[in-house]
Amino acid sequence: MSSVTDRLNVPLTYAQETERSPRQSLRQTLDNALIVTRREVRDSMRDWRIMVPIFLLTLVFPLLANAMTHIFTSFFKSNGAEDLLPALLPLMPMVVGFFPVSISLVIALETFVGEKERLSLEPLLSTPLTNTELYLGKSFAAMLPPLLASYIGMAIYMGSLILGKQQWRPELLLVIQIVLLTTVQALVMVTGAVVVSSQTTSTRAANLLASFIIIPMSMLVMLEGTIMVQPHKRYLLWYITVGVLVTIVILVRMGARIFNREELLGRSLDQLNVRWAFHTFWQQFRGPVDDQFSLRRWYRQSVFPALRSLRSGTLVVLICLTAAFFGGWLAAARWTVPLEQFKSNDQTLLDNLRSWLELGQNNPRLVLMAATQNLRVLLAAGLLGVFTFGVMALILVSVPFGILGFILAQVTMSGLSPLPFVAAVIPHGIVEVPAILIAGAAALRLGSITTRPPEGMTVGEAWLRALGDTAKIGIGIVLPLILLAAVLEVMLTPRVVELVLGL
Amino acid sequence: MIETHELTKNFREFRAVDHITFSVEPGTIFAILGPNGAGKTTTVRMLTSILQPTSGWARVAGFDVVRQATAVRASVGVLTEQHGLYERMKGIEYLDFFARIYHLSPEDRQRRPLQLMEHFGLGDAVGRRLGEYSKGMKQKLALVRAMLHDPPVLLLDEPTSAMDPQSARLVREAIKELRREERTIAITTHNLTEAQSLADRIAVIRKGRIIANGTFPELLQRFVGAPLMELHLTQYLNGAVEELTGVVEVVEKGDRWLRYRASDPVIVNPQVIRRLTGAGLDIVTLSEVSRTLEDVYLQIVEEDEGLERNVERNR
Repeated sequence: MSSVTDRLNVPLTYAQETERSPRQSLRQTLDNALIVTRREVRDSMRDWRIMVPIFLLTLVFPLLANAMTHIFTSFFKSNGAEDLLPALLPLMPMVVGFFPVSISLVIALETFVGEKERLSLEPLLSTPLTNTELYLGKSFAAMLPPLLASYIGMAIYMGSLILGKQQWRPELLLVIQIVLLTTVQALVMVTGAVVVSSQTTSTRAANLLASFIIIPMSMLVMLEGTIMVQPHKRYLLWYITVGVLVTIVILVRMGARIFNREELLGRSLDQLNVRWAFHTFWQQFRGPVDDQFSLRRWYRQSVFPALRSLRSGTLVVLICLTAAFFGGWLAAARWTVPLEQFKSNDQTLLDNLRSWLELGQNNPRLVLMAATQNLRVLLAAGLLGVFTFGVMALILVSVPFGILGFILAQVTMSGLSPLPFVAAVIPHGIVEVPAILIAGAAALRLGSITTRPPEGMTVGEAWLRALGDTAKIGIGIVLPLILLAAVLEVMLTPRVVELVLGL
Repeated sequence: MIETHELTKNFREFRAVDHITFSVEPGTIFAILGPNGAGKTTTVRMLTSILQPTSGWARVAGFDVVRQATAVRASVGVLTEQHGLYERMKGIEYLDFFARIYHLSPEDRQRRPLQLMEHFGLGDAVGRRLGEYSKGMKQKLALVRAMLHDPPVLLLDEPTSAMDPQSARLVREAIKELRREERTIAITTHNLTEAQSLADRIAVIRKGRIIANGTFPELLQRFVGAPLMELHLTQYLNGAVEELTGVVEVVEKGDRWLRYRASDPVIVNPQVIRRLTGAGLDIVTLSEVSRTLEDVYLQIVEEDEGLERNVERNR
């Protein structure tokens, strides 16, 4: 009988990892990831639940699609509508390519959460593979077979159209566009599935959450289809490709961050813990204030430190607002509005302005209206930012600055004095702009925190803490500033405008 | 070697492991015992760098579990609570997969899995899919996986559960052989007989805290008291107890037998024999009452529960 302690020639490569060059490390990472990929792909290929649909969608569906194309082509030709064919024909390869790719979502969920559910993940996590190697290996495994199937399916379909009776001659650029779109769609689904899988403990829960991927993807494919049938608008597909690529980068960053051993094994139940959630939020909202609560202490120990943590976010928002302002300015040169007809001494115009200013004078309802309008926009920015990793928050707060730049440019280009316009913005803007900057930064953080939760925190905890910070900054700083700005906008700004115009 | 110092792990507000400190020397088997949910698995997961400690530190095979996680995992063989095999793979494919992960040389990848499978009686199942393996076979294969890269440290969770007696014995022998090879071994188990026969040191963990730690004799002495001796006579006791006054304290007696505690049997037992034979009593047998780890374990857990109740009451 052989011995269990028979000495091996085990190379101590893992212990010597620090001695490797970055290039060697990258190669090692890929080699290790591919060990996982090979096993997973082999496992998938032994699973008839995966192989049968892939086989059907790769080999049978393109042939069916081809037969359907023949029928439709004949129908169009017999009805004298063959001119429409060049616009419609590229639609089908996209569909033929998308169907097998959609399986990558199923494989990804199976690969990540399925393994967790079958309890086979822990032995793998106990090995020296790094989180990145595991993440890459599993992502490749989820992506490669469906992507390969998709390429084969498209090749079969397009090959039969090109070489068959149809004699279709698609532009090379169009083919590249379709292949690229299919590839990025597979990537976004897999990277999204990793994020979903990391947050659940059962395939059932993961499948439910997968609707957050399937629904937007279906809508995207519909949009792509709509664009595809309008050849002169196909350039928009490049923008979609870039947009999806950006989403992939965000999802990869998020997936790589949350795909870690602690998160995968530390999570035991997909249970909504309202008490814990509220406690976490409240703890963050209140901050490290001593037992005896006072507003002064809350500001000093909780609100201002939270505000300081938004410095980089504020800088990003400031850059966006400035860019939007100059973007608006540049747009004015392209879309000029004829303002020459307005003269500063136009009596009717000035009379109208005077009556409007009198109407609003010291009207408290206007203060409320101005404040509500600003708060509504900031709230919408915060809410939409949550679902778009903060992107929509940036867009929403930037749009008014784009409009400002556009109008100011129009005024200046028309030879009118910009002074009344500036006077209508500056007095309350001095307070309102910092409020928008701060609120925008808080909304950006709330939306983007899920992509990179701080070390040692789960996504949920990080988000709840960001929500607590957003709430206290919103209530403690943004709200008072917005109210003050509204008061100034109604009480002071009109007086300054009157002064400038000499009314 | 395994060393931990004030190792603590919190899951949100719940403290799963509470400031535990212990060390396991090479060539030693350390058994971690405790009720379900006591924190054994969390401790093992921290020692394999799967979970990060909330506070405290641990070193495994000379590597820090937080800063040198990859090196730790390369030096440890782990048998997890759930063996979690890939059911669609063949036994040999499964081991080859792990052998590649551990960077075994091509020759070792060929040789080592077959050698270990053969050793554990799985030679005939090399080419069979794991879904066709029995529970015991799966457990043995999981153990083979843990030993595959010849690690200096082994962390084994319930190593013989689901095994037939013959296989369990084979595994125990393998573990003893690994000890002789100066490996550091930690096992967590509910099988107290196994722990008693294998472990050099034993720690009892409850609610995340180590409530007892020592060798079996040390734990016996501390929690169950001095060895209990049982003495049988040919005739009725009739004043035998009085004869022993000042020598030992009789704790239990029957018609023709009695039990006493002997803190040092080497000194006490000859005195007892002299007294009784001197009084004309014929001794049939004198033996130590066997006390198992189960007695010790139950005593430890009960004492801790009692302490906890007192603390609760005083609050």
